[in-house]
Amino acid sequence: MNRRDFFRNMIRGATVLGLGGVFVDLVRKVKADGTVWQIDPWKCIQCGRCATECVLEQSAVKCVHSFNMCGYCRLCTGYFEPQPNKLNTAAENQLCPTGAIFRTFVEDPYYEYTINESLCVGCAKCVKGCTMFGNGSLHLQIRHDRCLNCNECSIARACPSDAIHRVPVAQPYKFKSRESTS
Amino acid sequence: MILFLAAQRFPPPEFSETGHKLPGFNTPLPRGPWLEHLDVIVLLAALALAAWLALRRRSRRGLVALGIFSLLYFGFWRKGCICSIGSIQNMAQGLADSSFGVPATVLAFGLAPLVFALLFGRVFCSAVCPHGALQDLMLIKPVRVPVWLEHGLRLIPYIYLGLALVFAATGGGYIICQYDPFVTIFRLSGSVLMVACGIGLLVLGMFVGRPYCRFLCPYGVLLGFASSVSKWRVRITPDTCTQCRLCEQSCPFDAINKSTIDAPSRSMTTDKRLLAAMILLLPVLLIAGGLLGGVTGKNLARKHRIVNLAERVYLEETGKESGTTDASAAFRVTGEPVENLYADARTVRDRYVLAGRLCGLWIALVIGGKLIMLAIRRKRHDYEADQTRCLACARCFTDCPQELQRLGLSVPEGVPLAPPL
Ligand code: SF4
Ligand code: SF4
Ligand code: SF4
Ligand code: SF4
Ligand code: SF4
Repeated sequence: MNRRDFFRNMIRGATVLGLGGVFVDLVRKVKADGTVWQIDPWKCIQCGRCATECVLEQSAVKCVHSFNMCGYCRLCTGYFEPQPNKLNTAAENQLCPTGAIFRTFVEDPYYEYTINESLCVGCAKCVKGCTMFGNGSLHLQIRHDRCLNCNECSIARACPSDAIHRVPVAQPYKFKSRESTS
Repeated sequence: MILFLAAQRFPPPEFSETGHKLPGFNTPLPRGPWLEHLDVIVLLAALALAAWLALRRRSRRGLVALGIFSLLYFGFWRKGCICSIGSIQNMAQGLADSSFGVPATVLAFGLAPLVFALLFGRVFCSAVCPHGALQDLMLIKPVRVPVWLEHGLRLIPYIYLGLALVFAATGGGYIICQYDPFVTIFRLSGSVLMVACGIGLLVLGMFVGRPYCRFLCPYGVLLGFASSVSKWRVRITPDTCTQCRLCEQSCPFDAINKSTIDAPSRSMTTDKRLLAAMILLLPVLLIAGGLLGGVTGKNLARKHRIVNLAERVYLEETGKESGTTDASAAFRVTGEPVENLYADARTVRDRYVLAGRLCGLWIALVIGGKLIMLAIRRKRHDYEADQTRCLACARCFTDCPQELQRLGLSVPEGVPLAPPL
């Protein structure tokens, strides 16, 4: 073995030790199960960036509805513009820019509001209306059938209220419910 | 704990008349963990295959096929996430922050190519990395980059690596992911700026071999380092180099070190003086780097969410700014005292200053080391693939007459051949 080979072996040994060190340190912190990104709806301030900051053309964030919190209001502040002409389903009365919320009569005076996810763009306009003047049952969630689980969620980077974090893959949603607290 | 029910403005109805059942949540699940394990298995298999193809089989065609597969699998199907290049950020954050968990898959993607590089050279770059494969396939008419420019641009990845680790370790975000030019192409969407960068680099890459790999990729720095001491390595010729110079121009990535047999000699004293000057320069560079790095770190900290927010809140508190931003409004809602925010911001800033100093030292070391290496003139008998820079693409192999002989192909006339083994 000449001198050069000897040095190379030394450096290779040192690199192996270094990589081993990194490995051992990280293995202690390793999460065997993966994680996914999710919005904490109690922290979200409905800024609207969820619709525009996702790397996908159609954001992976959609509005979801927690029915057990909903008041089934006739005048839903998540569905209607602030001063609607009429409480009907005409597009000009609706808050949602894409008409993604469906309003169905249940029994007097209650109406049920359902989101059509393929139309929803995650703009949070309805969420804002519902949170400010209603029960706050409409909220945003990252939908995992669409989300790419980017190494760094680009919405999380832009979110002003730091509402988006990684959660264990076994509990991939943070739905609002009557029982969960703020 | 306050039960939210208390704050509900409109009590949810009972539906006693119709007995209407409330719908539940629809919960589409994330990709199953077994698919993640599959990714790791595919990665390891591809690495092993690439090593075999580049070092044993010496097959360019095999590597191209494997490259296309990797591009389709890791690039277009997996949409470029998770990738080994980005995973160094997770690892850096994991090392710096004890509460940060790194998923096992990410760790495997970060370390496996490095381990393979220690054994076989940069076989990851040859045909496993989707970024590399994409650029490799785009290269149609390679032009040579002037030497001085090549040397200068090759410093960028070291600086990029330093900065990326600063941001990742301080929790300031993953800039490698944010400014990844090709992930936009794999996803066919992204910000206008990054899509433009991706297309621009691809067009450039038709003439300049793998511009991202050579002049940007921060992971390539680590791979190059591991590869420089690798156990086995890519060899242009299968047996003996006869200095026929046929391979001299064959590498589109400027990774072939020429034989110095015919090089004009310089006087020993000039060489020694130059080397001494460069070695003396190193401590000066290091001090400057450390100082500059600290100042830069302090400024970079202002990009961090918490520092940014604290500065804004401070301006609002002192009446220098009226109104709120989305972020400061969200902070006010939490009811947290501003002192806590200021303290957090100070901690973050201190971390940035430390990380910035280390990064400054690193950059100084790289520049100083580069100057020293340029001053040292190594004697080299054969034409060899540079172990740090060679991407194991196998292009140069068939330019070597010994290889042609091995394959049983016709050898150009008048070329000296080594006696068959
Ligand atoms: S970016 Fe954050 S605050 Fe804005 S809508 Fe999305 S989760 Fe809510
Ligand atoms: S208002 Fe926006 S968030 Fe709500 S359903 Fe419509 S598109 Fe979705
Ligand atoms: S992780 Fe990526 S795909 Fe998912 S919501 Fe965030 S930006 Fe969109
Ligand atoms: S240099 Fe970087 S981008 Fe290029 S093939 Fe290697 S790891 Fe991939
Ligand atoms: S295998 Fe040959 S052509 Fe390819 S990068 Fe290495 S030296 Fe250059």
